Amino acid sequence: MDDINRTPAFVEVQSLCRTFDLSKPLLNRLLEREPRKIVRAVQDVSFRINKGETFALVGESGCGKSTVAKMMAGLLSPERGSVVVDEVNVSSGWRSQRVRQVRRRLQMIFQDPYASLNPRWRVDWIISEPIRAFGLLKSEKDIADRVAELLTLVKLSPEDGVKYPHEFSGGQRQRIAIARALSSNPDFIICDEPTSALDVSVQAQILNLMKDLQDEFGLTYLFISHDLAVVRYMAKRIGVMYLGRIVEEAPTDALFKAARHPYTQMLLAAVPDISMSGKTRERVQGEVPNPLDPPAGCAFHPRCPFAFQRCKTELPLAIESGADHYVACHGVDEDRISVFNAMVEAAE
Amino acid sequence: MAFVSESSHQKFLIARAWDSDIAHSFRRSPLTMTAAFLVVLIIGSAVLAPYIAPHDPFNPATLNLLDGFTPPMEPNAFTGNTYWLGTDDQGRDVFSAILYGSRISLFVGFAAVVFAMVLGVSLGLLAGFLGGWLDTIIMRVADVQLSFPSILIALLIFGIAQGFIAPQHREEMAIWVLIVAIGLSDWVQFARTVRGATLVERNKEYVQAARVIGLPPVLIMIRHVLPNVMGPVLVIATIGLALAIITEATLSFLGVGVPPTQPSLGTLIRIGQDFLFSGEWWIILFPSLTLLALALSVNLLGDWLRDALNPKLR
Repeated sequence: MDDINRTPAFVEVQSLCRTFDLSKPLLNRLLEREPRKIVRAVQDVSFRINKGETFALVGESGCGKSTVAKMMAGLLSPERGSVVVDEVNVSSGWRSQRVRQVRRRLQMIFQDPYASLNPRWRVDWIISEPIRAFGLLKSEKDIADRVAELLTLVKLSPEDGVKYPHEFSGGQRQRIAIARALSSNPDFIICDEPTSALDVSVQAQILNLMKDLQDEFGLTYLFISHDLAVVRYMAKRIGVMYLGRIVEEAPTDALFKAARHPYTQMLLAAVPDISMSGKTRERVQGEVPNPLDPPAGCAFHPRCPFAFQRCKTELPLAIESGADHYVACHGVDEDRISVFNAMVEAAE
Repeated sequence: MAFVSESSHQKFLIARAWDSDIAHSFRRSPLTMTAAFLVVLIIGSAVLAPYIAPHDPFNPATLNLLDGFTPPMEPNAFTGNTYWLGTDDQGRDVFSAILYGSRISLFVGFAAVVFAMVLGVSLGLLAGFLGGWLDTIIMRVADVQLSFPSILIALLIFGIAQGFIAPQHREEMAIWVLIVAIGLSDWVQFARTVRGATLVERNKEYVQAARVIGLPPVLIMIRHVLPNVMGPVLVIATIGLALAIITEATLSFLGVGVPPTQPSLGTLIRIGQDFLFSGEWWIILFPSLTLLALALSVNLLGDWLRDALNPKLR
């Protein structure tokens, strides 16, 4: 990734690392003679997002997607690496005035709209909380006007402000969460699986709303999902994560047309498709290894049909394979793995 | 501006409260309504004691020793005065003494529960939300305290506190010392419940959403977590009120509680006990019945509240 040192992008994530210590307390470890248990949730994750674009992170459960999102939102502190938004390092600390300024411009939308709205708060209080926290508007009248405007923006009625979250459906709640996220006029929104708790029909509404808002306000999204169809619809670039690392990163079209990494190929082959019914499909082999005890070399080698001796010992580094398309795979590097064409396969 | 005006919104809230599940379950349970009626009756008559009591049991000038030991509803042999619930050895009207006594019992009970609640909720919230060594210290202290009977703790704290107070101030301070002692013996329940609920709430996404906008932890605890952990606290506080009233009565019965110049229900029962075997049963019976009715009704209310607030038991 040589060109990463060119002009700084709007959001730059540089070699982000985070481990979690799951060991028992010291006394138990001494008595039971157990070693420390350390999970490397995120290792050396780097990517950049241009202003107004959507970057998606995909991967199976437990691959570290949400940990990346939490570190970017300041909910977790990174162990190493940095998150730079508009040339301000937001992971350096909370209190400085400059970081606070950027914090206002960074918001998060969560997965579960039933948990992300305080059940004891009225909707207008929920939406206006960021406005009050950052002191954006002073008079109650201005705040009420702004809340009404935001509710209209997410296609709810301004009268809904006096209701409580339990009076709304899942999709409506996610709209409220979006209105709240927009209330501090952010330009970067982290979306942690924003539609995975919703019905498919409601998902489409929320995704379209998010796209409209992106066009209207020039929002930049980090979109985290395990749903490849959703990601394909939303994202301009996609990073595929496996066991804490990005194994392939490419523009959306390139990834769906010509996935290089065997893991990405496996994921694409596993996407359900009605036209394929009756045909045998390539199954995703095996399960994600225990992150407490990750395999040596390439973390994917126990499941990889193309694994060689080199894969078991040496960690693959990202290489450029096609325009703006990066893959961390020895097989691709050695030209052993051909381009997987999901489109052609589906058409057959 | 399409916002509903404040006053119509309040009407809407009242209408909704009357129509809520809790109001429904209240109206469906005659036992709860009886208990609530008794509690309101006792609290009301205690608050209004100076206006409805026929005598002032604290004013020796109004007492006539000849009135002593008058049985209930019978005219006194010497003075011809009739008392509803009879009189004690000094001619004090038992009914008036109960009214004034439940005043003190209720005041001590309420104050002790509020003290225990404020202390327990704050410590539980801090322990659950911040975790780490603070959590360990608070919860170990709570565990140690749970291993002793709370009456013993209250007795211990009361005794130690009395030792620090100059003898001439002991009587006037006794009631406050009692409140602190009962409160300190009762905070653990609150702390444990609130800590448990806080551990659940702090990982919910609305707390994370508040952290994303940089709200300081203290504000997150007060504004977001506290309202969501108060449900079980109300239940414990109601049941704790009955407990505190009984603890106060026990301490007063043992003679370490409020001074005899301000008799609570417990003091009245202790005084009445002296005459139990000489046939003046009314001196102990009526204060005891009042205490029983009060504690039972408050407990029943607490039980109902617990069930009404628990969706799984509906």
